[in-house]
Amino acid sequence: MDFYEYQAKEVFTEYGIPAPRGRVIYTPEAAAAYASELAVPVAVKAQIPVGGRGKAGGIRFASNPQAAYEIAQKLLKSNIKGFTVDKLLVEEKIKIEKELYLGITIDRNLGKPVVMASGFGGVDIESVKKDCIFSETVDPLLGFYPHRAREIIGNLGLKREEFKSVSNILYLLYNIFEERDCILLEINPLGITNEGAYAVDARMVVDDNALFRQGIKIESSLSYVELDGDIGCIVNGAGLAMSTMDTIKNLGGKPANFLDIGGGASKEKMKEAIEKIISHPQLKAVFINILGGITKCDEIARGIIDSKDLLDIPLVIRLRGTNEKEATRLLESKGFEILVSMDKAAKKVVELAR
Amino acid sequence: MSIYIDEDTKVIVQGITGQHGSFHTKAMLDYGTKIVAGVTPGRGGEHINGVPVYDTMKAALSEHDADVSIVFVPSMFAKDAAFAALEYLDMVVVITECIPVHDSMKIKAFSELKGSRLIGPNTAGIISPGKCKVGIMPGMFFKEGEVGLVSRSGTLSYEIALALLEEGLGQSTLVGIGGDPVLGTSMSEVLREFEEDPETKAIVLIGEIGGEEEEKAAEVIKEMSKPVIGYIAGITAPEEKKMGHAGAIISRGKGTALSKINALKKAGATIAKFPYEIPRLVKNVI
Repeated sequence: MDFYEYQAKEVFTEYGIPAPRGRVIYTPEAAAAYASELAVPVAVKAQIPVGGRGKAGGIRFASNPQAAYEIAQKLLKSNIKGFTVDKLLVEEKIKIEKELYLGITIDRNLGKPVVMASGFGGVDIESVKKDCIFSETVDPLLGFYPHRAREIIGNLGLKREEFKSVSNILYLLYNIFEERDCILLEINPLGITNEGAYAVDARMVVDDNALFRQGIKIESSLSYVELDGDIGCIVNGAGLAMSTMDTIKNLGGKPANFLDIGGGASKEKMKEAIEKIISHPQLKAVFINILGGITKCDEIARGIIDSKDLLDIPLVIRLRGTNEKEATRLLESKGFEILVSMDKAAKKVVELAR
Repeated sequence: MSIYIDEDTKVIVQGITGQHGSFHTKAMLDYGTKIVAGVTPGRGGEHINGVPVYDTMKAALSEHDADVSIVFVPSMFAKDAAFAALEYLDMVVVITECIPVHDSMKIKAFSELKGSRLIGPNTAGIISPGKCKVGIMPGMFFKEGEVGLVSRSGTLSYEIALALLEEGLGQSTLVGIGGDPVLGTSMSEVLREFEEDPETKAIVLIGEIGGEEEEKAAEVIKEMSKPVIGYIAGITAPEEKKMGHAGAIISRGKGTALSKINALKKAGATIAKFPYEIPRLVKNVI
């Protein structure tokens, strides 16, 4: 789950990492009012849960309340990187002498957190030369200690006071990373000013699997990704679902979606899946590809029969595995045709969509 | 021969009293797996499908010898269960999905500290057909034979096992390494085991987008004498979207199917375009 910048900064404040004074606003009037309250030049920043806002025009500066009003008017309801902007963060524009990068992520190969710092902040870290990024992996059983933060920050050639405060910020950042179950946590840039270091921009991505212990509730939903094709796919298992999409494409068809109904799906879940995929506007045919292990084919068949009225476009059903015979009997009695080979079924659905 | 598990492997089931744990205990017993005990805190003294249940791993091991544990414990308690197993056993298979990645990192680090083998998390497990099943795969899709399978995905590996079966090709072992971003045993380690296993004549590697497992495996394939057939799912997957598995995501242009296919090809593996053409490609090399 991607946090908004302002949410990440709220967490920073809780842990003692300084951020510029700011407020979330929803109207141009509120932007002007807050800018006038601060009585200094401000940054007006679109709040969308994705990186790369600056380049996309989502961050602007205003030297007076009137300018803040006009910028807010332009940004609110605009679309940036596929997100409609409904709130802005208005912040004091601080005088930065130097911009640093601090970040923590997970090295998938090692299975360990990796802590990074660079003297080249304020740009996409991917564009910074490797030898300008100082990084250390952390043993997850031991955690991260202040001396390791100092070892990393010692590479950046900072003045004494800056060195101490930035090292402390990196240490605090790791505490957030671990305690808040982050998979990515960045301060970019960390602005160095006369009065200390400030988190000017922040990116925080929390592990979806840990939301239960972070007090965040999300509705469980089907694993669904919409694509720009015309053959709807319902499959059990993520790998087989991807393979089904690829097979359709390799045969000259265009998959309309990724959808994994998971293991052991009920007929209700199957019905929900059908309702989901038929919402796609370009749909010409539907491919149901089920290899039943834990998933029971007869349960899938009942879900298909229950949604019969929704399916007014060509349908290809491939069912194999657990309770296959009962499923075939049920579906054939309602006039559905069942295929057992994925090969033949995929060819047929591509043909039907032509 | 087979790898990791065989007819003598003795198994403990953690979370044996739960819905999945009890269902798959029966399925594994029916397949012939030697399950010696189960563990569920607070349910010690009960029996599930005739298998005695203990409150702790330590209590179970004071009464029974065991080689492997299989974990069905729900994600919020899975770290503790895996630690309990890694404390005493040489191999732990974690079936549980949706384990927080910070917990998975700790489980992996603890397995390395103990020198124990961790399989998973979020895996369908392992099967050495005709001998032993420590997992949730349907036994009917497999038969004993000469093809080694290693996969990041459950159902897709069953699909390919079934395709092999229908062409009369059996398997030595299937190792599901899991669909998460942080995993215990890697594809590379499994390939090295298959290379040493006298029964395995050819290997099918079933990969998918995300991470660098397949690229690293390609480095191992270069040194191998046995033929490897590779299949990578996710050619059609868009960037920055998680395709079901937490680990299956193309992020900042990294982990694409094409990069994996190219690495495997360069290492000398044969690449299958469709899952159902794999039996033919295997027959060409054995």
